[in-house]
Amino acid sequence: MLFFRVRQGDMANITLENVSKIFPGGIVAVDDVTLEIADGEFVVLVGPSGCGKSTLLRMIAGLEEVSGGRISIGSEEVTDLAPRSRDIAMVFQSYALYPHMTVRQNIGYGLKVRRAPKDEARRRVAEVAELLGLEDLLDRRPAHLSGGQRQRVAMGRAIVREPKAFLMDEPLSNLDAKLRVGMRASLAQLHTRLGTTTVYVTHDQTEAMTLGQRVAVLRDGRILQVDTPQRLYHEPRDVFVAAFIGTPAMNLVEATIDGDDALFGRFRIPLDPERRPALDHRKVTLGIRPEAFEAAASAPAGAPTLEVAPAVVEELGSDAHVFFPVDAKRIGLDTGLTQDDEGTFLAQEEALFSARIDPRVDAAVGRPLTLAVDPARFHFFDVESGISLLPATPAATEPLPNELQSAAR
Amino acid sequence: MSSPLAGAPLAGVPARARRRRGGRRGRLGWNALGLAVFALIIFPVYWMIATAFKRGSDIFADTPVWFPIHPTLSNFTDAIHRPHFWADVKNSLIIVGCVVALSLVLAFLAALALAKFRFYGRKAFIVLIIGVQMIPLNALIIPIYLVLAKANQVDKLSGVIITYLTFVLPFTVWTLRGFMIGVPRELEEAAQVDGSTRFGAFVRVLLPLIGPGLVATSIFAFIQAWNEFIMAYVLLHSPEKQTLTVWLASFTTNRGTAWGPLMAGATLTALPVVIFFVAIQRKIAFGLTAGAVRG
Ligand SMILES: Nc1ncnc2c1ncn2[C@@H]1O[C@H](COP(=O)(O)OP(=O)(O)OP(=O)(O)O)[C@@H](O)[C@H]1O
Ligand SMILES: [Mg+2]
Repeated sequence: MLFFRVRQGDMANITLENVSKIFPGGIVAVDDVTLEIADGEFVVLVGPSGCGKSTLLRMIAGLEEVSGGRISIGSEEVTDLAPRSRDIAMVFQSYALYPHMTVRQNIGYGLKVRRAPKDEARRRVAEVAELLGLEDLLDRRPAHLSGGQRQRVAMGRAIVREPKAFLMDEPLSNLDAKLRVGMRASLAQLHTRLGTTTVYVTHDQTEAMTLGQRVAVLRDGRILQVDTPQRLYHEPRDVFVAAFIGTPAMNLVEATIDGDDALFGRFRIPLDPERRPALDHRKVTLGIRPEAFEAAASAPAGAPTLEVAPAVVEELGSDAHVFFPVDAKRIGLDTGLTQDDEGTFLAQEEALFSARIDPRVDAAVGRPLTLAVDPARFHFFDVESGISLLPATPAATEPLPNELQSAAR
Repeated sequence: MSSPLAGAPLAGVPARARRRRGGRRGRLGWNALGLAVFALIIFPVYWMIATAFKRGSDIFADTPVWFPIHPTLSNFTDAIHRPHFWADVKNSLIIVGCVVALSLVLAFLAALALAKFRFYGRKAFIVLIIGVQMIPLNALIIPIYLVLAKANQVDKLSGVIITYLTFVLPFTVWTLRGFMIGVPRELEEAAQVDGSTRFGAFVRVLLPLIGPGLVATSIFAFIQAWNEFIMAYVLLHSPEKQTLTVWLASFTTNRGTAWGPLMAGATLTALPVVIFFVAIQRKIAFGLTAGAVRG
C-alpha cells in the first residue's frame, strides 16, 4: 500500500536551543533545554509530574509561547510560527476529538481545513481507517466509541496529514493496563512503518524505555540526561535518573570510599579498580541495582559477599525479590512515581535494599542469606550535586539509524 | 440481574421515597398545589384566547361566560383590518430579526473575548455586565431617549434595535461565556494544530459546540424584542413605524377599550413567539460536548 512508505520528503529534525518557559507568576516550567532530535527519530520525554514535559511539547507545537530560546523544525525556525504553520500533528492525553463530528470528519478535519483535494482526502481517510482498524466506526460520533477506539481515532487524525513530526502527550494514559500494552506495541510498529519524527511525553518509565530510541529524563524543567534506554539504565549520569529508571528501583545508600573499599552499614565491599571514583575518604551516594546481587552459591568464586537478613521475600516465578535492611542512611529521592514494587508504608530510617535473585535459591524471612554482589556494576554519585562520579564512557551520542533501532525493538 | 442481591436495593427505593414525601396523601397535596399554580399561570392566556373568540355581548355579560359558546372570528377580522396592522407586523419582524441576529454575532465575539483571552479590565468588564442588568429599565427611558434624539434615532427602527440590544446583550454575553468555558481548550488547540487559525478553530469547533447556548440566547432575545412595549411606545411616534405591542395599545382610546379585537390582536401577537420557541427548543436539550474528552 502506497501509504505505508517511509517518509522521504524534507528533513524533519527538531532542534531546541536553550528553550525556556516562565509562566506568569514566575513559575519556571522549562529551564534552558537544548535538544537535537534527528529526522525520523522517536524521542521520549519522561519525568515526574510537573517537571515540564507537557509544556515543552506544547512549545514545540506552538500552543505555548516560548519565553526564551529557539525552536526549529527541519531547516526552518518556528519559534514564532502559529501551530498550523509548523506542519506537526499532536495527540492529546484527552484525545480532544471533535464531539460534533463523526470519526470520518474527525480524521479528515486537517485535510479539509488545508484544502486537500476531496478525492485524495477521502482516499487517505479510508487508508488510515484501514491501517487502524476503524473502517466500521467511520460514521460514529466520539461519544459512542470506547476509550481504545477514541485513542485510535486520535492517532488517525495525526497520521492522515503525513506531518513532519508527531507530538504525543501521554496518549496511552487513559487506557486500561492491558490495552495500553497493546497500543504501545502498535505505536512502535507504526513508527517503524511511517518513520515519522516523534516526540512522546510520558511519566511511565516502561513506556519510555520500550518506545524511545532516545529518552530524555526531565526534572524541574531541566533535561538531566538524554540517551538510549540501555545507556540510561547502565550509565545514569545523575542520581535522579538512576532512581527514576528501572523497577525495582536502584538501591541508593550513603557510603564512604575507604582506600579500595566502599563502606556502607556494616558492609565493606572491595571496589572494582576499573570502575570506581577517584576519591578517598569521602562520602558518596552508592547505587546498586537489584540485579547486581546474586545468591552466593551461584556467583563466581571470589565475588564479594554480604550476610543479610531478609525482611520480605517476593517470589515472582521468573525471579525472586529479597528485601533486606542495611544499617546505613537511606537516600530519599522523590521520583514522583507510585512504586508499587518497593513502596513501603512503614517509615524507615535505615535503607531497605532489594535484590533480584534466582527463585530456586531458598530464601526466607528470618533465615540469614549470603548474597554476592558485583562491584563492576556499582554507581557512584556526588552527595551534594547528585552527578555521577564515574567518567562517562564514550558512546554513540548520535542515535542509531532508524531501521537498526526498530529491529532492536 | 440474576444476582440474589440485585433486588434488595431496588426494593428499598419506594419505601424511602414514601417516607421522604410523607405518604400518599402528602404527594396528592403537592400535586394539587402544582395544578393550582399551573391553573393560575395558564388562566390569563386562556382568557385572552377565549375572549378573542367571544361575541361582544358575551364579553360584557354580567355572569362571566367561561367558554365561547357562540365562537366568532369577527374579532380577528376586525383586528387585522385596523390601520397599520401589516406595517407594524413588518416592523416587529424587522426589529426582532435584527436584534436576534446582531445579538448572536456580537455576543459570540464578546463572550469569546471574555472566555478565551486575558486582557486588562476583563474582571471589571464582567462585573459591569452583571451590574448593568440590575438597573431598572424605567430609570433609563429618559436618558436613552435623550441620547437617541441627539443621534437622530428617535422614531426610527434602528434606534429601537440599538436600545433592545443594550438590554439583550449583557444576558446573552454572560450566558454564552458560560457555555464557552465548558468546552475543553484542547479541542481548539487540536484544531489549530490540524491547520485552523485561532479564529477558524473558534468558528469550526467552538461555535457548533455552544449550539444549545445560541438557541437559549436567541429565544431570550426574540422574546425580549418581540414583547417589549415601553421603549417602543416612547421612541416610535408615527403609526406606520410602530411595533405590534404599540399597535395593541391603540385599541384603547378615550372612548373605551375594544376588548374583543384587542384580545384577538394579542392572540395573533403571541403566536410567533410560540412558533419560534417550538421550532427551536428541541435543540436545547442536546448535550453536544459528550465524548470530547476522556474514556
Ligand atoms: N498555564 C500555566 N500557568 C502557570 N503555570 C503552569 C501552567 N501550565 C503549567 N504550569 C506549571 O508548569 C509546570 C510544568 O507543567 P507541565 O504541565 O508541563 O508538567 P508535566 O510534566 O506535563 O506534568 P504531568 O505529568 O502532570 O502532566 C508545573 O509546575 C505547572 O504547575
Ligand atoms: Mg503533562
